[in-house]
Amino acid sequence: MTKISHNKKPLRLSTVVDHAILVIGALVMLFPVYLALTTTSHDNITLSREGLKFGFGDQMGVNFYTAMFEKGGFTEQIDGTKMLINSLILGIGFAIGKIVLSMAAAYAIVYFRLRFATFAFWIIFTTILLPLEVRILPSYEVVTGLGMANTYAGLIVPLLASATGTFFFRQFFLSVPEELVEAARIDGAGPGKFFIDILVPLSRTMIAAIFIIMFVYGWNQYLWPTLITTDESLFTLVRGIKQITQSVYEGNTIPEYGQAWALAIIAMLPPVLIVIFFQSWFVKGLVESEK
Amino acid sequence: MKRAAFSQPLMPVALLLPQLVIIAVFFYWPAWEAIYSSFFLQDPFGFGSNFVGANNYTRLATSSEYAKVAGFTVFFTVIVTVLSLGTALLLAVKADKVVRGAKTYRTLLMWVYAIAPPVAGFLGALLFDQNIGPITDLFAFFGYNLQIGLNYNDTAFAMIVVSVWKQIPVNFIFLLSGLQSIPVAVREAALIDNKSGTRRFWDITFPLLAPTAFFLLIINITYALFDTFGVIDIMVKGNPASNPITLVYKVYTDGFRGSDLGGSSAQSVVLMVLVLALTVMQFRMLERRIHYT
Amino acid sequence: MATVSVTDISKTYPNGAQAVHPASFDIADGELIVLVGPSGCGKSTLLRMVAGLEDITTGDLHIGARLVNNLDPAERDIAMVFQNYALYPHMSVAKNMAYGLKNRGASKEQIVAKVDEAAEMLSLTALLDRRPSQLSGGQRQRVAMGRAIVRDPALFLFDEPLSNLDAKLRHQMRVEIRNLQRRLNVTAMYVTHDQVEAMTMADRIFVLNAGRIEQIGTPSEIYRKPASTFVASFMGAPPMNLLSAQSVGGQVQIGGVALGLSCADGDVTVGIRPEQVAVTQGGTIPFKLTLVEELGASRLLHGTVAGQDFVVNAPNDDAALADDLMLDFAPDALHLFDAQTGQRL
Ligand SMILES: Nc1ncnc2c1ncn2[C@@H]1O[C@H](COP(=O)(O)OP(=O)(O)O)[C@@H](O)[C@H]1O
Ligand SMILES: [Mg+2]
Repeated sequence: MTKISHNKKPLRLSTVVDHAILVIGALVMLFPVYLALTTTSHDNITLSREGLKFGFGDQMGVNFYTAMFEKGGFTEQIDGTKMLINSLILGIGFAIGKIVLSMAAAYAIVYFRLRFATFAFWIIFTTILLPLEVRILPSYEVVTGLGMANTYAGLIVPLLASATGTFFFRQFFLSVPEELVEAARIDGAGPGKFFIDILVPLSRTMIAAIFIIMFVYGWNQYLWPTLITTDESLFTLVRGIKQITQSVYEGNTIPEYGQAWALAIIAMLPPVLIVIFFQSWFVKGLVESEK
Repeated sequence: MKRAAFSQPLMPVALLLPQLVIIAVFFYWPAWEAIYSSFFLQDPFGFGSNFVGANNYTRLATSSEYAKVAGFTVFFTVIVTVLSLGTALLLAVKADKVVRGAKTYRTLLMWVYAIAPPVAGFLGALLFDQNIGPITDLFAFFGYNLQIGLNYNDTAFAMIVVSVWKQIPVNFIFLLSGLQSIPVAVREAALIDNKSGTRRFWDITFPLLAPTAFFLLIINITYALFDTFGVIDIMVKGNPASNPITLVYKVYTDGFRGSDLGGSSAQSVVLMVLVLALTVMQFRMLERRIHYT
Repeated sequence: MATVSVTDISKTYPNGAQAVHPASFDIADGELIVLVGPSGCGKSTLLRMVAGLEDITTGDLHIGARLVNNLDPAERDIAMVFQNYALYPHMSVAKNMAYGLKNRGASKEQIVAKVDEAAEMLSLTALLDRRPSQLSGGQRQRVAMGRAIVRDPALFLFDEPLSNLDAKLRHQMRVEIRNLQRRLNVTAMYVTHDQVEAMTMADRIFVLNAGRIEQIGTPSEIYRKPASTFVASFMGAPPMNLLSAQSVGGQVQIGGVALGLSCADGDVTVGIRPEQVAVTQGGTIPFKLTLVEELGASRLLHGTVAGQDFVVNAPNDDAALADDLMLDFAPDALHLFDAQTGQRL
């Protein structure tokens, strides 16, 4: 990024205003999550009696421990650790499934002489037109009919029925110079060798970028897991939020704010950390995949 | 296709097959089912269904409840789109302009992208909590009693705040990358041609951002229509009947709670048509984008 | 090392475009032939058919004694250097060169020996561990050459290998490629749109125009006896002057001045190279000067002869020039072409 050099006057009013706006923006983004963090550090009785705290208490360890390792708080049979594992299975399973399926399909469409390539292209790309949400009820019936309700496969596979990844990899493969596959063919590489030796290593950044996008997308799924997993042992953290809110807001006892927010924090943490630490890949993946 | 494409006949079929099978089973079949069952009415006792023609659709067209939900959806979509795009534009322009701390600001303004909508809804529920929520307290200080989940308008207000908050990062990322892709030479030329920063923005920067903004418009509409489901589901607190909901939420409640399969399917089909129209618009924009870039 | 024999080879793309019309030719062992012609004339298509990267629509292609029409590129015993080099960006220089050998099942020692030898030959030894992105354009070009050399191919194919280099490097690499090809004594087909490259490198030049081979010949044949107005104007810089003329009573004349050539009556095209025209007081052909271009050793005089554009390449004697000059054409420097077909008469 090259910037036009600015005047080096020490303090200009407009610069101060610019920074003020950005700082306020950043604080607005942070504030709710900060409050959620402080909430996890107090015990429930204090919170109910004295209202929300802006400072940290000493109950954070207890609350996280209870949320992660004790069953029967919000749900009957599952603790936070199991939900975390389920979330990881969904996030990673979805991301890997998406990458494998869409790379394979894009490879076939771009690198093979295939009579029905255009037809396959349209069959796949029509799926961009209709998000899962608009066909949610029949999808539920189909998956249940196949006996896939309350299975990991039923959780993950139907989410894979969309073309975003394929479109992304197709664009990328098309941008790879034609001569590369030609050089490889002269070097004696067949389709399998070319894919593994050349194309996959070349796509590493793209794969990383799409992995991050898809992991976050999978991890954050809510509606579909809510429908298709009624067995608590398959609950993800995000799916569990519903149970948690219900017990906080619809129960009669003292709301268990501390544990509830400990779980919610765990539900936010992995995707947020990934997005922050792999920021450049993430931004690349997002901006490129939506093109 | 590459010009020196491989000509093995079976390999590409094998490569395409998994994706095609999954799409056939989990996309085309359900989509077809939705269209098909929108012409049937479910027997209330579950003993099968009767063909009712376009009845489910006329039922929708004449339902005042459906009209109310549709009205709220439009209102909600417009407000969320305008507010989140506007705020993000302001932040992106500033983040693009500042020299010091640009990277830090970028990180601080985009990480919320990774928060799931229902978790955002839960954060909203905390902020607007009846007993301990700081925003509720703030309103109380001014003498207004906010009642999320109980008062229709209050809930709508909270939903909008949360949905906008959650959507700012995406808009910010795209607008910032749009701003940064404006060539330095163009900025410098503008700097020479025009003294006023505001005029430079409206005359040069904004038109160059237009393709990104058009595209974001579609993204935001899609977000408000579909992705806010989690926010809404948490914030109505199990009581959708007396709270504001969107069309997608109604598909869900009618289908799963009301067991009105035909009606829910008809609503699905209406939404499909809507999304189709949006996508066609998007492709039109895409074509136009080529002119700009 | 091998001969190449091409019989009635042609290419029609699936969209119906006929890029190469049936062509036949033979290439001798160790010969370097250059395919030259304007962009889009079918040079690459022809080369790529030989490489096996495009299907051959009709005709036969033999490399050595083998009919290779239906063989994969890797089985044709060829190596190719591309305009953009097509190096594998994620592999080191050494790996780039080794990849083809590895796929052919060569042993580790063989690969190392081959790669080292080629690197030595191309002064790449110090760069073997670098990635292509860490190399200059000229170095990348060398790696592409190295990748071709290590395979010991029967036939080298080059598709505009120097077009991405600056003028100075281009000249240097031209000489280097020629030397290398001689030293290795490998048959080579070299595609370029640059007539200087063609003239300086080729044993024989194939001039292509709109999918047809217009002429095959040594550089000097092409220069001295162009087979058509197309070849005449494409080869040589500045290009040959082509003037519309008439043959009256068996004598060819321009603007009423007889040129001392005879042919059947009618319209003809007369060609003469700018460097074979003399400016003399005693000349017979009037020339109107409009612009002088200084080249140092010589200068280009732009103007008209009988109302038609004409260029003279005259020695630079620093003399002041009048606007109206007289030119002298030696009759044996003149070329006659059919005015309609452009074919040499
Ligand atoms: N894959 C293709 N499909 C259709 N036409 C092509 C294809 N490749 C090249 N052509 C056409 O064939 C002609 C010759 O192309 P090419 O051999 O690349 O020319 P050159 O290398 O001499 O510039 C051109 O008119 C070009 O447009
Ligand atoms: Mg070419």
